[in-house]
Amino acid sequence: MTDFATPVPPEIEQPRAPLAETTEMFLHNHAAVAGLIVLVLVVLAAIFGPSLYGVDPYEMVWAPFTPPGSEGYLLGTDYLGRDLLAGILAGARVSLTIGMAAAIMSVFIGITIGAVAGFFRGWVEEVLMRVTEFFQVLPTLLFSMVIVSLFGASLPVITVAIGLVSWTAVARITRAEFMRIRELEYVMAARASGAGNFKLIFRVVLPNALPPIIVQAALMVGTAILFEAGLSFLGLTDPNVVSWGQIIGSNRPYILDANYTVTLPGLAIFVTVLAISLVGDGLNDALNPRLRAR
Amino acid sequence: MPPDPILEVKGLRVELSTRSGTVPVLDDLSFSIDAGETLAFVGESGCGKSMTALAVMGLVPHPIGRIASGSIRLAGEDLTRVPEKRMRAVRGNDVSMIFQEPMTALNPVYTAGEQIAESLRRHQDMGRRAAWEHAIEMLAAVGIPDPRGRASAYPHQMSGGQRQRVMIAMALACRPKVLIADEPTTALDVTVQAQIFELLKDLRRETGTALILITHDMGVVAEMAERMIVMYAGRKVEDGMVTDVIAEPKHPYTRGLISCVPHLAEVLTEERPDLTEVPGVVPPLTQFGRDMCLFSSRCPLADDKCWEERPPERRFGAGHVAACWHAEEVS
Repeated sequence: MTDFATPVPPEIEQPRAPLAETTEMFLHNHAAVAGLIVLVLVVLAAIFGPSLYGVDPYEMVWAPFTPPGSEGYLLGTDYLGRDLLAGILAGARVSLTIGMAAAIMSVFIGITIGAVAGFFRGWVEEVLMRVTEFFQVLPTLLFSMVIVSLFGASLPVITVAIGLVSWTAVARITRAEFMRIRELEYVMAARASGAGNFKLIFRVVLPNALPPIIVQAALMVGTAILFEAGLSFLGLTDPNVVSWGQIIGSNRPYILDANYTVTLPGLAIFVTVLAISLVGDGLNDALNPRLRAR
Repeated sequence: MPPDPILEVKGLRVELSTRSGTVPVLDDLSFSIDAGETLAFVGESGCGKSMTALAVMGLVPHPIGRIASGSIRLAGEDLTRVPEKRMRAVRGNDVSMIFQEPMTALNPVYTAGEQIAESLRRHQDMGRRAAWEHAIEMLAAVGIPDPRGRASAYPHQMSGGQRQRVMIAMALACRPKVLIADEPTTALDVTVQAQIFELLKDLRRETGTALILITHDMGVVAEMAERMIVMYAGRKVEDGMVTDVIAEPKHPYTRGLISCVPHLAEVLTEERPDLTEVPGVVPPLTQFGRDMCLFSSRCPLADDKCWEERPPERRFGAGHVAACWHAEEVS
């Protein structure tokens, strides 16, 4: 046997980088891949759609309530005779932007509060978690309606309103992960090599806590889009900016005569949010080390 | 006069607050270690070995534990009195530590090279590139094959022995004055254990780092250390040169620990002598700090005096110290 003469290196199978493993896991999930494809199409439509289609969504182009397909208007016109397809394309921009901006904002607040609470524990945690609970028990829709009514219905205010009511979930997940990870030996080892609290929180613990936070953030984009649609439906939106919820809201009185004016933007919301959820779910499976073993 | 010891601990008392009050998990502990020396701490779990390490690192768990009194002098500087900022500069640079579990003591999201370089950039003011190159040199020094390639490997891509080598490289990267190894091989295969100890010996010889080795394995002590301290229930019960202590233990607990180790040569030749054990267990934390010999409940020599008064440390020959009322009767 030559095996004894020439020692074999300990690594026989060459393990792959974590990122490659996660990607492969994600690609195995067909629903998630389908969601990702739809999502990419929606994003592309939002970016390039308005300029490619070239119709002003605010302009009256034909008689009101032209049914889809007739007179050359693929999705018809609304109660003011505006092109519905142009409206949906322009609305995609606004809805996705608000969704992402609100998600980023809530992730930012949530991570900061959750990380500090979970890392320092003690009275700091008590105070921060009581604040979190305060925001959690507020009726979210009412609270955001109050903010929008107080500060005016502009896109930044709506984004902040949505962000303010949805960060609590991120904060709680982050805190839970921090409480688990801070007890692990590598945190102690990092401390023993002279790392300060700031380094420990953001460079040592946070990267290990990210997977569930990423999943939550992805799902939150979907919820934020729904939330914006809800607010617009109630009329709490900038009437000069077209968004999916705003189209539904303004066409609401005519739902019996021209139901497509409400159904089509509603379908756009439904498909987009479903795609985001599928992607989030796929990320959850791919990033979860316990499921990876299966 | 011998040169000043690199690390000198005097009268160290560390208290933990528990539900039943404050208990001293380290009670009047004094020891010192010279540059290049290896000092072993032995004793069962819960005797205060790891707490000694944490105290030296300034990492006594806060807020349940605190250093109540005593001093820890590293090259003359009392670490119990320096502000946290200075302590952070000491940790990993002047004193560093190797942990028990190489499987969990490396951060899974960074590569081996990054983790070693991190410490160099923090303490040695090195640039990104210089630190990375030095990290590769360190990996080579701890005997990792293909150090340049392995520097980019993540911990989960390495074996336990390799991870422990990376830990050692991290701990030694800044050439610390004192290296604390807390049961560095407990989690490893026996064959790998021997390699790691060889490595620690070599590196100590090259760098002149003082090594504090925490273990419960008397075989390791005999192999690695020049001096040893036997801890029991937060107190030092015996302290001396390894050869002296093993040949002539002055504390019944030390004798018990030694007789727990089988002697291979005897097993092969003569009839096998029975392995003795130390009966009983370490007393509960609530008993710590009482004015008595805490080993009395397990000691074959214990009499009334042992139950009533804490034995003082007595000197037996050069540097051999034991705290037992019946030291003369032990060996």
